[in-house]
Formats: sequence, C-alpha cells, structure tokens
Amino acid sequence: MSITLKVNGETKTLDADPEMPLLWALRDELNLTGTKFGCGVALCGACTVHVDGAAVRSCQTFLGDVEGASITTIEGFESKEAKALRQAWVELDVPQCGYCQSGQIMQAADLLTSTPKPSDQDINEAMDGNACRCASYQRIRAGIHRAAEILEV
Amino acid sequence: MNMLQYFKSKQTADLDEGRRFFLKATGGVTAGLVLGITVPGISSVKAAENASFTPFIRIAPDNTVTVIIKHLDKGQGTFSGLATLVADELDANWADVQGEYAPADAKLYNNLFFGEMQATGGSTGIANSFMQYRTAGAAAKSMLISAAAKKWNVAPSDVTIDKGVITSKSGKSGKFGEFVALASTLPVPEKPVLKSAEEFKLIGNPAHRRLDSAAKTTGQMNFTQDVQLPGMLVAVVARSPCFGATVKSFDSSAAMKVTGVTNVVQIPQGVAVVAKGTWAALKGREALEIDWDRSKAEVRSTSDLLAEYRELSDKPGLSATKANDIEGALSSADKIIEATYEFPYLAHAPMEPINAIADLKPGKSLDVWTGSQMQTVDQFVAASVSGLPTDRVKIHTKFAGGSFGRRANPTSDMVNEAVNVAVALKGKAPIKLVWSREDDIQGGYYRPMYVHKLKAGLDDKGNIVAWHHRIVGQSIVQGTSFEAFMVKDGIDATSVEGAVELPYAVGEHQLELHTVKVGVPVLWWRSVGSTHTAYVIETMMDRLAKAAGQDPVAFRLAKMKNSPREAAVLKLAAEKANWGNTKLSENVHRGVAVHKSFGSYVAQIADVRLNADGTMKVENVVCAIDCGIAVTPDQVAAQIEGGIGYGLGAVMRNKITLNEGEVEQSQFFDYEPLRMSDMPHVETHIVASSAAPSGVGEPGTPVIAPAVANAIFDGTGREIDSLPFSQHGLV
Repeated sequence: MSITLKVNGETKTLDADPEMPLLWALRDELNLTGTKFGCGVALCGACTVHVDGAAVRSCQTFLGDVEGASITTIEGFESKEAKALRQAWVELDVPQCGYCQSGQIMQAADLLTSTPKPSDQDINEAMDGNACRCASYQRIRAGIHRAAEILEV
Repeated sequence: MNMLQYFKSKQTADLDEGRRFFLKATGGVTAGLVLGITVPGISSVKAAENASFTPFIRIAPDNTVTVIIKHLDKGQGTFSGLATLVADELDANWADVQGEYAPADAKLYNNLFFGEMQATGGSTGIANSFMQYRTAGAAAKSMLISAAAKKWNVAPSDVTIDKGVITSKSGKSGKFGEFVALASTLPVPEKPVLKSAEEFKLIGNPAHRRLDSAAKTTGQMNFTQDVQLPGMLVAVVARSPCFGATVKSFDSSAAMKVTGVTNVVQIPQGVAVVAKGTWAALKGREALEIDWDRSKAEVRSTSDLLAEYRELSDKPGLSATKANDIEGALSSADKIIEATYEFPYLAHAPMEPINAIADLKPGKSLDVWTGSQMQTVDQFVAASVSGLPTDRVKIHTKFAGGSFGRRANPTSDMVNEAVNVAVALKGKAPIKLVWSREDDIQGGYYRPMYVHKLKAGLDDKGNIVAWHHRIVGQSIVQGTSFEAFMVKDGIDATSVEGAVELPYAVGEHQLELHTVKVGVPVLWWRSVGSTHTAYVIETMMDRLAKAAGQDPVAFRLAKMKNSPREAAVLKLAAEKANWGNTKLSENVHRGVAVHKSFGSYVAQIADVRLNADGTMKVENVVCAIDCGIAVTPDQVAAQIEGGIGYGLGAVMRNKITLNEGEVEQSQFFDYEPLRMSDMPHVETHIVASSAAPSGVGEPGTPVIAPAVANAIFDGTGREIDSLPFSQHGLV
C-alpha cells in the first residue's frame, strides 16, 4: 500500500504495510539510521523521534497512523533546542557508546520545549523511559541543564 | 576478562621496553607520510611491504593526522584515547586528528598483553598501547622536524612543533602537510625521544575531549546495525527455547508467505528467516513452526542448580590458594562469621542488540562488518564457517553500541550465525544478522551463576586469622580456545579472579573452587570474576568489622599494611566523603568498599536512602581510583560513572533465571536497566600517579554492589546474601 510521509521536511512515498512500525520504515526504507532499534516495545527510547513536534517511540508508532504527519528524526533535527543540546553534549562528552543518544536528545528537546528550566525531578520524569546501558545519566542530566543555560542566553 | 595476567607469558612487548616493534615510513598514495608498524621476526622485505599496507599513522598533505586504531570502542573511549597518545607526542592539532579502525592483523595490531591476538578486553586498551602509540607519534614528530630543518636549512634542534604548527627559531613556520612528502623519505628514528610527564599537553589534561561525541549527537555515527549494502537482506534466527535443543523439523510455509521474506534456512544455531527488511524478517519468524528436540538440552531450573551449587559449597573443592591449616586457624578464632552467597546469571544487554553482517563471494572472499572485540577470533571463525582461508576474510570493525564483554565471545557467535546464513544462501546477497532484544536477553552468554561460602575468623584483638572461601560455578573459558591459557590445574582464573590476592592480612587463607557443568553458555561480563568475588569479600569485611566493634574504614586500613595503593584510594575516598564526620539525613546510610581489578585500585563510599515503603535510592557515590597515569581524566571519570551505573542496575534488579531450561526473562520490563532516576551522583577522584596506565573500563563496576550492601547493613543490620536486592523487597 502506498503511504506518504513527511520526514524532515521532505515528502516521501513508501510502498509499505500500514502496520509497519515507523522505526523500520525510517531505518530500512529511508536509510535514516540515526533513529535506533533498542527493544522494539517502547521500553528504551532509543527510537524516539518527533511526530508533529512531540517525542514518540517510533517502534510503537505505525505507518498507518502517521500518514501526513510531520516527522522529525535526529538527522533533520535543527531546532534551537537541538542545537543547544548538541553543543552541551559535545562540551561535556556526554555519549559513551552513543547508541541511545539520538533518542536521548529527541526526548530531552521535548522536555526543554515544555520546561525550559527543568529541575532534576523534571528530568527524572521526562527521561526515565530512555535507557542508557553505559549509564551516562549523570552527564545527560548535566547536559540538559547546560542546554537550558545555553538557551537562556 | 583479565587476560592481562593470563597472557603475560606470551607478551611480545612489554611496557618498560615498549619499542620492540619497529616503525617503517613510506610515501602514501596521496604522497603523505605513512608510518607503518613492523614486527620482529618478519624478514625486512616483507616487513616493508606490510608496513606500506598496514599503517599506524597517516599524515596527509591537508594536515590531517589519521591514527589507526587497533581496539574496538564500545563506549569506553579507547578510540580517542589511542589517538590522544599519538597526538600528544606528535604535538598535533587535535582538531586535525581522526581515527580509523585497523583491519584484522594479529601480527601488527595485536594487543601487546595478549600475544598474537588482536583483541579488546580486560581493560587493557590504553594500558597495552601506551608506549606503542606514543612511540609512533614521537617518531613521526622527529621525522617532520628533520624534514622542516632540511627544507629550511636549519638545525633540527632549532625546530619545534606546537598544535600542528612547525616553527623554526629563524621565524619560519608551516603545517604538517608541507613536509610530509619529504619526511616520508627520511629514516625512521629507532628510539624516538618520548616526552616526560611534565611535557604532556593532552595526556592528563582534564579539559581534553573525545573525537566521537559530535557524530553521536547527529545520528551520523554508523554502527553495525546501521550498515546498508546494496541488495542486503536481513536475517533473524529462531533459536532453541532452551540451551542445547536442536531442530527436529520445521514448517516454513507460513513464514514464506509474509511479504518481504525471501528465504527460510536451517543453520546450526536454529532456523534463519531472511527478508528484505527487519520487520518482515521478524514477522516471518513469528510465523515459523519448529519442533525442537530437547533430548540433549539443559532442562534444569534455577532452583535445581542452586540446590546443587549449595550442596557442593559444603564440600571441599580444588585449591586455588592453599592454607597450611585452615581448620586449625578457624578453631583458634575467637569469633567466626560465616555466610553463603548466591549470584544469578546476568545478561549484558548492550543498547545495540547483537548483530553482524556477512558479504560472501563463495570461493573468493568474505567481508564481515561487526563491532569486533576480537578481530583475530572473528576472522578465524568467519574463515572456518565459510571454508575460506583467513586472508580472504576482511573484518570491518564498527563502533559498537555497548558490549560489556558480550562482543568478546570466543565462539564469535554473531559472526558465526551471519556467515552461516550467507553460506546457506550461497552468497546471493549480503546478510545483516539482527538479534531482537528478546533474543539478547534469552540468548545466553551470561555472567555465570555462582554460590560462595565464606567462613572467616577473628581473634580477640580484631585481627583476621582465618579466611576459608569456596566458590561454585561454571567455567567461562572451559571448552573454548582460551582454556589453554586461562585454566591451570583445573582452576579457571576467571572464576576466582579478585579472590586470590586479598588486600588484607587474613591469616590462613584457603580458596577452593568447584567447577560445575551446566548447558547455559556463559561469558565475561564487565569486571568478570570481580563481579561476585568483590561482593563477598567486601560485605564480609563489614560484618567482621562490626563483630570486632570497629569502624569499617579503620578495620580495613589496619589490615592493609602490604597494600599501599588500596590503602591510598580508601583513605582518599574516606577523606573526600568526610567519612565518620558527616551528618547524614534521616534514612540515609553509608557504606564503603575497596577492590583492585585490571591493575587498578578503586574505593567507593555510597550514601543510600532507605525509605519506609521499601524503596531505596543510592544518592551519592564518592569514588577514588588509582589507574596509574590517567590518559584522559574526564574519560576515567566517565567510566567510573558508567561502571557504577552498570553494576548498580544489575545488583538492584537484574537476574536471569531458568524454568525447566527456559529463560524466564525476555525484555527490559523483566530485565530492567538502570534508569535516570536510579542514577546516583558520582564524584570521581583520581590519584595522581606516574605508574604505567592500568584498567579503567571495568574497575568501577565491582565496587558499587558491596558499597551499597554495606550501607544497607550499616543502616538496618540486614545481610543481603543473594542478589539482586529486589528479591529482598528492596526496589
């Protein structure tokens, strides 16, 4: 079945099953591999993308449900929050293996958009679904605070 | 894995000399300076050929310095660390430095601690390469200086390099690129002068940063999972529901009807479903029907194994350390403290599920892409399965999304499966083998399950006079190619690691091991033997301290007269945490632990909040580490933070259990990783040292569990003898 998506501002038409998770369409069909496969059941957040500006788990978002929606992946993510987070991540060397970090940044941006000055508790609540097996959490937390500071200027 | 010790006898170079490899220069294809390594024992002609094709450093006319990285980076920072060693000696401009993974070549890119094997493990990446990479950088610097001196007609002693700029006293200056063509024609200095510690600019600099962070924030970092090749197919494998079962028969008709599925083939590990995409492959696998033959499978339950292990723990085992008279020493003791500990199987669960890519041209060549932690083993296994000679097998090492030991598998299981599928399909397409998270949690290669029994005796002055320790568990290396090096007199060194040499005077010390055979595949898991031995030793130390009526830090220090580096980190952590003088909030308790692993010494002090509702939170950890020279201090801190988080998640709530041979956990809901809200604040203090660098990736992990357990013991008197904590109502 033909499905039209708007990904990173570009219109893409796929011949795919509407039940296919967005994750696999992005990775296998559109070669947007920055969005990661970690668990497939929305328990790790590695596959987080934005659909109409909100962070969602692409492994549990089905193509049929996002037809016509505006999808942003890490590759096309250029908001001011994205830039501040990237700057903070590099300043603090947040990533270790880095595999989860696309999802961490997409989720953290969602938090910063709604809560520009998040507390540690806000960060716990927003980020608890994004697992990092390297446990880079201390730096993710510091990175979010730092990005908030960058955005304030 | 502490192969450092096991392979010492096979070392081809040691740290003190460090220069028993030779450098050879050549003009590269783009007329840059290429420094290759050659190895003693290869004829000079062959060495020169090798050198031209196996560079160590490439400096291009555009000033880019490319450092060839022989180790896998799975998050621990070695990629940047090795580049740092070269860049510092070369005085390169860090912004012009990049890394590139080395091909598989055990003669040239071997781990100098492991003999002729290219492998990353045992926290040896920086340690084994410290002199090797620095020497290469220093040689390149010397040649660039000579080239500039020649061109400017000045004395080499009048030429200096700073941040990639070559300057003469006479006021001339230029960048590397201008001189590389000339430099490549000059002789390579046999013993280039290395910097003294005071001259380091990047090494030891807290502000120094990694090379790979930016690429990990944009989605550009390309892991094995992300590799796309023209015509590539994705394979998933249905593996046996319990370890050791085999396929009796299968029906692929429904699977073949799934859109996108191209093939269903049997391989030794199970039945592979091959499809045009990952989702189709997974759907196809769901539609498979397989009848398994369990006659040779492991079908025992965890309770059966525990009963057997506990029974064995009451019987004498093989001696790893023999006391003169352990029974006599125990009977002379004033007090005896005894405990039996149980440790579960643990999965590594790296964020990037297991995978490998095989592109086979039958009879001709095989290309393998994988986060290769042991290129030599992966290449050997790929060659064996494909029937090709090893020199036709190319290993493309990819950054790995974590490993924690899982990718250092002596059986190269992921490569083995990928190549088997490629062979079954006669090379019709490149094959990307993908494991799901369920496959990963249920797929074995776990940290083994262990039971420990420890009986320790105190005299009436609080001295330890007897230490009788017995360990029961599976061998990690038995039956693998590592057995010859790592099992001696029936003792698998990884089973008793961390318990052989104690930092404490314990009087009569006897350590025994029962090695049991269980059909569950096991593997090294970040910090290997120390994951369990440190817990037993360090929780026992607190129980003994309490029995002696002494403070846990003072009690330990009194017994560390022959362990100055352990004592130093313990004192440093105690001082930084203000041990004994801190007013903790209500319900917050404090515990300490110290342990040496992979050549490094770590002490941690954990503050743990125990809430009335049974929930707990480790709020703060003060850590002191002595890892010799800290090449990148910020990355040492990162590894301590991560190592603590990795150990803490496991000890809080992770276990793999079996029910009639079937693994009971399957996903992150029943094998839940540490979360943001669980992470303590970690403060890392690095002991200033001029000793050779030692391990960093693993030593932080084993210390956190006993530190937290000791805090709980301090606060409540509860002795937690079986892990994880969650099975004791602590969540």
